Amino acid sequence: MILNLAVILGFQLIGEVIARAANLPVPGPVIGMALLLAAFLIRPALAQRVLPTSQGILQHLSLLFVPAGVGVISHADALGQSGVALMAALVGSTILALAAGALTFVGLARLTGNKGDSP
Amino acid sequence: MTDLPDIWSYLSQGPLLWLTATLIAYLIGDGAYRMSRQNPLVNPVLVAMLLLAAVLWATQTPYATYFEGAQFVHFMLGPATVALAGPLYSNLHHVRRAVIPMVGALIVGSGTAVVSALWIAQALGVEGATLASLAPKSTTAPVAIGIAEQLGGLPTLTAALVILTGIIGAVVVTPLMNTLRIRDWRARGFAVGTAAHGIGTARAFQVNETAGAFAGIGMGLNALLTALIAPYVLGLFQ
Repeated sequence: MILNLAVILGFQLIGEVIARAANLPVPGPVIGMALLLAAFLIRPALAQRVLPTSQGILQHLSLLFVPAGVGVISHADALGQSGVALMAALVGSTILALAAGALTFVGLARLTGNKGDSP
Repeated sequence: MTDLPDIWSYLSQGPLLWLTATLIAYLIGDGAYRMSRQNPLVNPVLVAMLLLAAVLWATQTPYATYFEGAQFVHFMLGPATVALAGPLYSNLHHVRRAVIPMVGALIVGSGTAVVSALWIAQALGVEGATLASLAPKSTTAPVAIGIAEQLGGLPTLTAALVILTGIIGAVVVTPLMNTLRIRDWRARGFAVGTAAHGIGTARAFQVNETAGAFAGIGMGLNALLTALIAPYVLGLFQ
């Protein structure tokens, strides 16, 4: 458990160092994720060890957004006078982007003859 | 016996109170989600943040004080991003076979998110720095704030728009996909990760692990693509 956490935090640390040193526009944890995936591919034994911990963290991924979410409500006035227009833009664009993305995925998967698992 | 106000003033200075409150609020949100038979409208993040905001308001607690306790939970966002390597690794055989659909869905989904948001907002009279703050709203918060700063937007506003987008995406994705009769978990996950970043990804993991893995990839790729296209798309609207 502690070893697994140390591995995950260690990869985040390496990612942060690389992102800052190379001035990359990608956040450090994303680089850490890519490096950890590479490490799993090189040493599958490491994946077997760390997988249960990563599942444990991700099972309650929603929880981790709560503090920032409270900040949004506490600073609701940040939306300013354009609040209604901005909300309309968020709702409209999110629905359009979800539909367009998923339909494109399904269409291309059919064209390339590649079916996924269905619910 | 110590007076209640004394206990309160002691507790309100340390992280214990607000850390515990965050966990309890989330448990209530999660419980409400289960009790509603997993109705996507009863989103655990939304319920928890409304509860906590009400408590902060009732106790006159500033957000900064709350965050001193809640920062331990917030901090875990970094390790959780790294931990996405786990489901990616487990689903690699799915991922390898779906490169073309992913690239197409990324370009269409990411482009639609930026263009339609700016188009709707501009049609409703939004302009200038506020419009610039809106452009990166579908990307994960740290990247979105970086993009907004480059574009001359307001980072605080962008942070709020990013969180709201995530919650909207998490709430609408299941009914929308069912209406469109899209049953492919990969498509559902990838689309919600692209359109609604980490909160959408959290929602995907709640439903299905393959959807979660694809959402994680969508989120990561969308952060890269939005950073590249947002300046040009915003240029079309100014």
